[in-house]
Amino acid sequence: MQVDMQTITDILHNYPAQQRYSLAMLQDMQRHFNYIPREGMEALAEYLDCPLSSLYAMATFYKALSLKPKGRHIIKLCDGTACHIRGSVNLVGGVERLLGIQAGETSADGQFSLELVNCLGSCALAPVMVVDDTYYGKVTMERLPEILGQYREEGQP
Amino acid sequence: MSKTVLVCCGTGCLANGSKKVAGAFRQLLAGTDHQVECVVKETGCNGFCENGPLVQILPDDITYYKVQVQDVGEIVEKTILAGAPVERLLYKNDAGQRVRSQQENPFYAPQMKVALRNIGKIEPSSVEDYMAHGGYRALKKALTMTGEEIVRELEASGLRGRGGAGFPTGTKWRSAMELERFPKYVACNGDEGDPGAFMDRSILEGDPHSVLEGMAICALAIRAEEGFLYIRDEYGLAVHNVQEAIAQAEARGILGEHILGSDRRLKLSVVRGGGAFVCGESTALMASVEGRVGEPRAKYIRSVQRGLWDCPTVLNNVETLANVPVILEHGGAEFAKLGTERSKGTKVFALVGKVKRTGLVEVPMGATLRHLIYDIGGGVKGNRPFKAVQTGGPSGGCIPADMLDLPVDFDTLKARGAMMGSGGMIVMDDRSCMVEVARYYIKFLSEESCGKCTPCREGLRHMLAILTDICEGRGQESDLELLEQLCDTLEDASLCALGKSAPNPVRTTLKYFRDEYEAHIKEHRCPAGVCTALTRFVINPDKCVGCGACQRACPAGVISGSGKKVPRVIDNTRCIVCGSCREACRFDAVEAKGRAGL
Repeated sequence: MQVDMQTITDILHNYPAQQRYSLAMLQDMQRHFNYIPREGMEALAEYLDCPLSSLYAMATFYKALSLKPKGRHIIKLCDGTACHIRGSVNLVGGVERLLGIQAGETSADGQFSLELVNCLGSCALAPVMVVDDTYYGKVTMERLPEILGQYREEGQP
Repeated sequence: MSKTVLVCCGTGCLANGSKKVAGAFRQLLAGTDHQVECVVKETGCNGFCENGPLVQILPDDITYYKVQVQDVGEIVEKTILAGAPVERLLYKNDAGQRVRSQQENPFYAPQMKVALRNIGKIEPSSVEDYMAHGGYRALKKALTMTGEEIVRELEASGLRGRGGAGFPTGTKWRSAMELERFPKYVACNGDEGDPGAFMDRSILEGDPHSVLEGMAICALAIRAEEGFLYIRDEYGLAVHNVQEAIAQAEARGILGEHILGSDRRLKLSVVRGGGAFVCGESTALMASVEGRVGEPRAKYIRSVQRGLWDCPTVLNNVETLANVPVILEHGGAEFAKLGTERSKGTKVFALVGKVKRTGLVEVPMGATLRHLIYDIGGGVKGNRPFKAVQTGGPSGGCIPADMLDLPVDFDTLKARGAMMGSGGMIVMDDRSCMVEVARYYIKFLSEESCGKCTPCREGLRHMLAILTDICEGRGQESDLELLEQLCDTLEDASLCALGKSAPNPVRTTLKYFRDEYEAHIKEHRCPAGVCTALTRFVINPDKCVGCGACQRACPAGVISGSGKKVPRVIDNTRCIVCGSCREACRFDAVEAKGRAGL
């Protein structure tokens, strides 16, 4: 995605220039661009008058933030305890085979990112998978192609 | 005559399409000239997510489960207009009878709801609904009391922190109240990171005002004027509902510049977490609220004295705060009648894993594990043998079958090496490998260790390497002793509770399930058939009926044989040991053996 400085400025100016809002501003950037662009971090450092390194520390510490662009669709496969003992490991393998990527990676066409997450708080529906904001409960290997198929663009394999 | 339709719209039911169900009710009930006046409400999580979407009809007190859009017409016609139940959507109890009321449902009947009192009954997005159910009465009462009086009620109630540590809430509030340094802050810990626990999510989503009210009462007692709710970013609906609740409470003059028209003020705001488990630790959480990396600090000085921006700060867990209005309204002594000698009130548990009825359960403290798992949970799924229950999240422990009659409270489990923690309760059957479970938790914790102190950062990494070796067949007999030494080091030398309690899963499994470790190391065999490097699945020809279910389930296509009554055979050289065949088999014919002889 093209990094648009105006958008970055708009995000920053939603908040007062105080350090306590830095995580929220970074999260907004992440949501908008699917990653934290370098331009965004530099602008934030200037806005808050703080060292870039302290923002870099945050961007690499918090799991919700990423320095690399993520896919258009984010698949979160829950590997919390309840999902784990109900076979989430098999699903991970299944999604990996279907998309040809490993957990933590983004597919070459930029369509999907696969993330393993620790508990989405929907343990009664274990195993759980979330694509973008839609929850899928009691997911089985058989249902995977159908679920992922809904998100593939026309003409994609 | 008027009726209320309560449609559960917690995250679980939403995943099963409850929004559409609520929409269908509205559509069918709108405009038409029915004799019955009807209100449709979208409520928070009822806790029985597995059987969602749930729909309750009042005043008939009929609850339907797994309701789909196509069922709505029938419900309107039969139940709402004619007052008769739709039998097929009622819950079937253990004796096979259909029951109408939640009070007859074995999952709900033994429960006692205090923290979850409003959830499922009110519309979380409506402050009016909360007030109609007695909301903000306690805050009104608190405005007539001094800080000292409020804190005394809390002390009398015996309420202890529900986040896991069990610190007495009244004591914490008193410390903050007695400090004469301003500003002071109140904060709510909604960074529910323990895998397998979701009571805080449910409360924040389903009854956000109860938490705000608890915080406001605390703020009055300690004289704070600003507060924060730190909520996991993964809990999108919870963040949304809390933000909306704050806006409503401010618009109605309940919070904000003049709390209920008084000269006291409180500004609350939501801080979204960044996805780091360690941020559930108090000092790390505060660092994160301040906009820094969420690393804990040594707590020679408690955060109640020097918390947010070095100011006095009271940080309470979501469930703790939800209990506060009840204590104020009915008095601390009344609350203290519930529970055990040293653990008062009720506790919400997330009963999950391999249990028949999973969900959120609230019972008085001191209920036994057996009561929770067998009476409320209905026993182990598929009637398999119970092996262990893991309590308290990654920092908790695994409790074996012979301890099922232990009462669950803050102190009893701790004495056995586990802990009640935040209330996650994960049931495991004979197909759960305890070594692998220990490895899973250590992996989780090593990934979530912030890396600030060496024992936690390096110790967990080495424990993970050893446990992985054992699971993959490279374990040595000396490993067990080494693991125990590492446990000691972590416990003694780590900076925060994450590291100090990290050894619990290993310690308890070593203590209660040592034979499984030994089977992995000495016999190269995983008794539960989970560790793929040590497992070979074999179909027992005497038990196999030739139904072919395993063949259909096998993702690798390595099961051969055809025809009824002809036993199937697994080609172990090509088998990926995923266990799908064993899950699919209804005759227990697929058996786990060691890798020896392959």
